[in-house]
Amino acid sequence: MVRMRQKSNKVRLELSDMLIRGFTYAAMTFASIVGVVPFLLVLGSSLSSEESIRRTGFALIPSDFSTQAYEIILKAPDTLIGSYVVTIGITAIGTAIGLLITAMTGYALSRRDFPLRNAISFYIYFTSLFSAGLVPFYLMMVQTYHLRDSYLAILLPLLVSPWLIILMKNFAKALPHEVTESGKIDGAGDFQIFTRLILPMLTPALATIGLFLAIGYWNEWYYSSLFLSSSVKYRPLQYELYQVTNKIEAIKNSYAGAVVRLADLPGETLKMATAVIATGPIILVYPFVQKYFVAGITVGAVKG
Amino acid sequence: MSKIRRLLACKTLILMCLPAIAFFFFFSYAPMPGAYVAFTKFNYNDGIFASKFIGFDNFKFLFQSGQLGILLRNTVLYNLGFILIGNVVQMAVAILLSEIMSKRFRKVSQSIMFLPYFISDVLVALIVYNLLNYDFGFISNLVRSFGFEMPKIYSNAKAWPVVIILVHLWKSTGYGSVVYFAAIMGIDAEMIEAAKVDGANGFRRIIHIMLPCLKPTFIILLLFSLGGIVRGNFSLFYNLVGLNSMLYTTTDIIETFVYRSMMNNFNFSQSSAVGLFQSVVGFVIVVSVNQIVKKIEPDNALF
Repeated sequence: MVRMRQKSNKVRLELSDMLIRGFTYAAMTFASIVGVVPFLLVLGSSLSSEESIRRTGFALIPSDFSTQAYEIILKAPDTLIGSYVVTIGITAIGTAIGLLITAMTGYALSRRDFPLRNAISFYIYFTSLFSAGLVPFYLMMVQTYHLRDSYLAILLPLLVSPWLIILMKNFAKALPHEVTESGKIDGAGDFQIFTRLILPMLTPALATIGLFLAIGYWNEWYYSSLFLSSSVKYRPLQYELYQVTNKIEAIKNSYAGAVVRLADLPGETLKMATAVIATGPIILVYPFVQKYFVAGITVGAVKG
Repeated sequence: MSKIRRLLACKTLILMCLPAIAFFFFFSYAPMPGAYVAFTKFNYNDGIFASKFIGFDNFKFLFQSGQLGILLRNTVLYNLGFILIGNVVQMAVAILLSEIMSKRFRKVSQSIMFLPYFISDVLVALIVYNLLNYDFGFISNLVRSFGFEMPKIYSNAKAWPVVIILVHLWKSTGYGSVVYFAAIMGIDAEMIEAAKVDGANGFRRIIHIMLPCLKPTFIILLLFSLGGIVRGNFSLFYNLVGLNSMLYTTTDIIETFVYRSMMNNFNFSQSSAVGLFQSVVGFVIVVSVNQIVKKIEPDNALF
């Protein structure tokens, strides 16, 4: 009798587990498809002929394969190359400087023997609690710092963020305190301890935070829209994409005239092709770097 | 005297913080006195402090016209939707991920769900256009191919709360579920084994072990998000809606109004009044939320 009941219990258990497992795989497969299809849709649309889109709409697999949009972009490669150079330049410089500042500050604030650590932490943290708002910031940038139409207006505001400093502080806090102590005993100064002992141990943190910074710079369009007027010839990639998707005049300025008449411009496919070009590098690099992001969010969630 | 000596002893650490201190001084603190602009009839050529002081007139206008009420309502309602639906979906996804036995399948699906977080909102808006455009949208065509009528989404304000919440979920679920997933991984494996031995099936393990273990994480994340309830995601909203004024009634949030008033209407006074109102209300809410967190979970308090 007892044995019987145990047996039926076991069968029920397996059934419910199987149901959960089946549902889990189905749901996650669905979620993955929803995650990836939109990207394929943009890619597929960019490789369609404009005429087929007007006839049958955007499609995953081009019914009428055409590289016309890419050809038009490449006929006037000036805009594209300029945008790439500007974006890569700003991303590289901003990430390097931002990473250095974040690492130095994060480490200093993680030192328990640093008497100003709470005061400085609060000074930094307060900026995420209260801000003057957009208008005073904008006027300061334009009227006081004279940064209109300067790439510095994009580079500077994204250098440092309170959140990334706290993240770095949490990473540095997890290092054994003895590292700093042993450096002190050997007679090294604080900066030497930082560069020789701490930085090598912070490599995973630097990777994570560097990637967050780099993504921020690569995806930047906001400060560009605030501070770069149309007299700036080479726009960061995402801002260029913003212009192409929102303003047909921008397409006219970039490609029409010398290359093709405005009426013949394949507007829809041109938008999609620009998107592929502007975002492609991120998607290609993504598989190799995503594990650092996961590590970063997990550390960041454990606040300290 | 000894205080000065103590500071001198750590002068290198102070120097190491100096660039960050300067950064926040120039880009966050220096603009703060400029909030005065909200109390002036701003004239661009005169600058902030030479413009005419008009007291609370800008605020009065925004209150009385009902504009501020609409903006506040939209911002708060969207955030509530994002927070509640977002957290539930993130938690569900984290639980499902933890139930996947194949490590490879889990890694791949996690990576794919994570991907939308890394693309710019400019591309997000283009994807939505690709899907929902009335004439050539992928979904529009799909709907029509099943013989249904496709509504014109881009001129139908009522559709946008749904669209925006779905887009938000698409972008943030992978990212948000990581925290919950880490919390699940932190659950004592012995507890789950013990439950199995006691005959708890899959559903029961989820309901009686995982959900209670996720509750503290859920409450803390919820409280922190509530702290930001009057702050909107400008980039997402502005890219999706842009200058399509047909959609403003249901999509205009504080940030988009502030941006448009300044960049398109050059109404700096009104824009800054709304911005300052948001900053002050936001500040009060964050501080109150922090007090609450301090009471229930002192370790998690921000300050």
